[in-house]
Amino acid sequence: MKFKSLVSVAALAVAATAVSGVAQARDQIQIAGSSTVLPYASIVAEAFGENTDFPTPVVESGGSSAGLKKFCEGVGENTIDIANSSRPIKESEVKACAEAGVKDIMEVRIGYDGIVFASDIKGNKFAFTPADWYKALAAEVVVDGKVVPNTAKTWADVNPKLPAQPIMAFIPGTKHGTREVFEEKVIAHGCKDSGALDVFKKADEKGAAKKCLALRTDGVSVDIDGDYTETLARIEANKNGIGVFGLSFFENNTDKLQVATINGVVPSTKSIASGEYPVSRPLYFYVKKAHIGVIPGLQEFAQFFVSDDLAGAKGPLAQYGLVSDPELAKVQADVAAGKTLGK
Amino acid sequence: MTDATANAPGLPGETHDAPVRASKSLYELDALTRKRNASELRFKSYGIVAVLIGLSFLVALLYAILSNGSVAFTQTFVQVSIPLDQAKIEAAEASVVKTTAYNALIDAALQEKLAAAGITTDMKPADLRKMLSSGAATQVREHVLKNPGDIGKTVSFDIYAAARVDGYLKGRVTREALANDKNLDAAHLDIVDKLLDKGTVERRFNWDFILGSDASDSRPEKAGIGVAMIGSFYMMLVVLFLSLPIGVAASIYLEEFAPKNRFTDLIEVNIANLAAVPSIVFGILGLAVFIQFAHLPQSAPLVGGLVLTLMTLPTIIISTRAALKAVPPSIRDAALGVGASKMQSVFHHVLPLAMPGIMTGTIIGMAHALGETAPLLLIGMVGFIASNYPDGVTAGFLSPNSAMPAQIYEWAKRADPAFYEKAWGGIIILLCFLLAMNIIAIILRRKFERRW
Repeated sequence: MKFKSLVSVAALAVAATAVSGVAQARDQIQIAGSSTVLPYASIVAEAFGENTDFPTPVVESGGSSAGLKKFCEGVGENTIDIANSSRPIKESEVKACAEAGVKDIMEVRIGYDGIVFASDIKGNKFAFTPADWYKALAAEVVVDGKVVPNTAKTWADVNPKLPAQPIMAFIPGTKHGTREVFEEKVIAHGCKDSGALDVFKKADEKGAAKKCLALRTDGVSVDIDGDYTETLARIEANKNGIGVFGLSFFENNTDKLQVATINGVVPSTKSIASGEYPVSRPLYFYVKKAHIGVIPGLQEFAQFFVSDDLAGAKGPLAQYGLVSDPELAKVQADVAAGKTLGK
Repeated sequence: MTDATANAPGLPGETHDAPVRASKSLYELDALTRKRNASELRFKSYGIVAVLIGLSFLVALLYAILSNGSVAFTQTFVQVSIPLDQAKIEAAEASVVKTTAYNALIDAALQEKLAAAGITTDMKPADLRKMLSSGAATQVREHVLKNPGDIGKTVSFDIYAAARVDGYLKGRVTREALANDKNLDAAHLDIVDKLLDKGTVERRFNWDFILGSDASDSRPEKAGIGVAMIGSFYMMLVVLFLSLPIGVAASIYLEEFAPKNRFTDLIEVNIANLAAVPSIVFGILGLAVFIQFAHLPQSAPLVGGLVLTLMTLPTIIISTRAALKAVPPSIRDAALGVGASKMQSVFHHVLPLAMPGIMTGTIIGMAHALGETAPLLLIGMVGFIASNYPDGVTAGFLSPNSAMPAQIYEWAKRADPAFYEKAWGGIIILLCFLLAMNIIAIILRRKFERRW
């Protein structure tokens, strides 16, 4: 008979949790998205929980695209309130959102993130230009006006000024927002600078830009689908490796990594803010306006995030590696006014 | 077999290709016996080598876990006496980010402390504060809010040292490593060395690592696994209260009552197959069914528990059926023979005898579920989530929380090396739980299992 009572107790417990689940309203802000924005969002969430009467928001990671997809699932308590993104929302995503009923979206730019190239601290020093990266990693390069497959083995083959170290690059995989920035700001620029773009254009006007972005597949460039910690582990295992990192990750691991200059500029929050260092991108979060007033503290959180004390040049986010937005005052005004996309 | 017969010495009728023997004495080994003995010896040594390789992996793993993780249980604290000046506190409470405003109090106290210790430095107060956790201000403010009577007094605080100072005491951070670091300078370490001599900087056991909540990326020293542990606990409750009754009921029906036909065969094959389905598949199923269709809250231990229940059910059904099968038919026959109904024979006789086996299977299944991360990735339990203690049982099931393995995974991903150390420490705690569960399973089996 013991067993019977056990079964009935279990059934009761399940029923009780199911009923109370419907009754309880959510009082916590839910955020998901880019793993680049995650550290900043977690710092703000922690401070928000400590400084206000609202509970600490929860921040999930998973990547910009995954976060925006979740964001566009619809309106309601069991959908997320904020999506973090390391790239602007795409037209197709806005459309998908609208179809699911998510019509008013507030776009908030929190600052800029630098992308750096770093190698083992005991290895050679590097001073790159975008053209070096293009010539090292492109599937096909232009030699004496002819398009030939890339056979460069060492960095010295690419540019005689660089050390004769075998080319081994760990670049972000295609699911990362960082990959797009790498392609756009480094490879595409290098393609243009080295003159390859003009040669490609002569052969095929439309496909030239795409051809620039085709990378070698003979093992010298490795896509990393994991996080920066994986890239770091790869470099520790292969001392010739050069990895692509976020500035804040590099600044936390300066005992293991040294950073390369691009066009002679050392990456830092200063050189990125001034625009001297070329490889950077804006970071955003998107707020579901329909949830403001429903989920307690949502508007307050958005304003808290971009306040001078947090996102300003001397705030904790800048301390952690975020390049603060020179137009922060405008962002603050837009958030306070509740300005939405396209309005 | 041919080997053995061919080798039997002096067998009558031994004719064809048997080797010519030099002697027929049993005490002198002939070539073939020696060869067979040698091959046996070789096989035994292969076995020993295999066991040794396995053991060495285990030793290496345990060594890595213990040497990397044990340091996570200690933390460096800096003793600072802070005068809680009323005017300064009121000014701080009026600002937007109150916690950072409390830094003014800490800066002044830190300067005074160094002056009292006879340490001179030309660092600015804000730079000097880098040796303390960025959560120091929160620590002071929480004390003030809890003890408003202390305003106006001077209170001695044990403030968390910054992760890099802590790493210095643990041997992880060296002066050379700080050469390019913007978070701490070698000069800070000189001050730490002097304060160590005075005994006001101390490294000791840190309960907050075991009981505390997760902390943001800027203060790894304050991160703890406690809230994630609570999340795991509620998930295991759901798993226990769902998978045990469902699993046992299903197996009793299949084993004792169900007719043997094609349909039950199909069910049986499917259960066996389900046990081999990768756990991530259950995660995606959980996302589609529980969150998107049933509208249960995201990141909730209830949903995590439901997903893990799906994953554990086949394991429990298979082990329960094995336990029921192991009860000899004579028990059932005897019960039926004295007039018990089928149900009475099962519930009064078969089930109690099978209980130890069922319990063992359930605990092993739950231990498996406790260590599972993959399905939790998809239902939103990985990230900066385990930051609030749930208030009450309902919130325990429904408010967002993480789980121990998910928290470990999250820490391993973060940029600051101090989080990596926390991840190893978390592994030690998780392993302790798994070990405890397995030991309970072994004790149950040893104590209550009956053999026929």
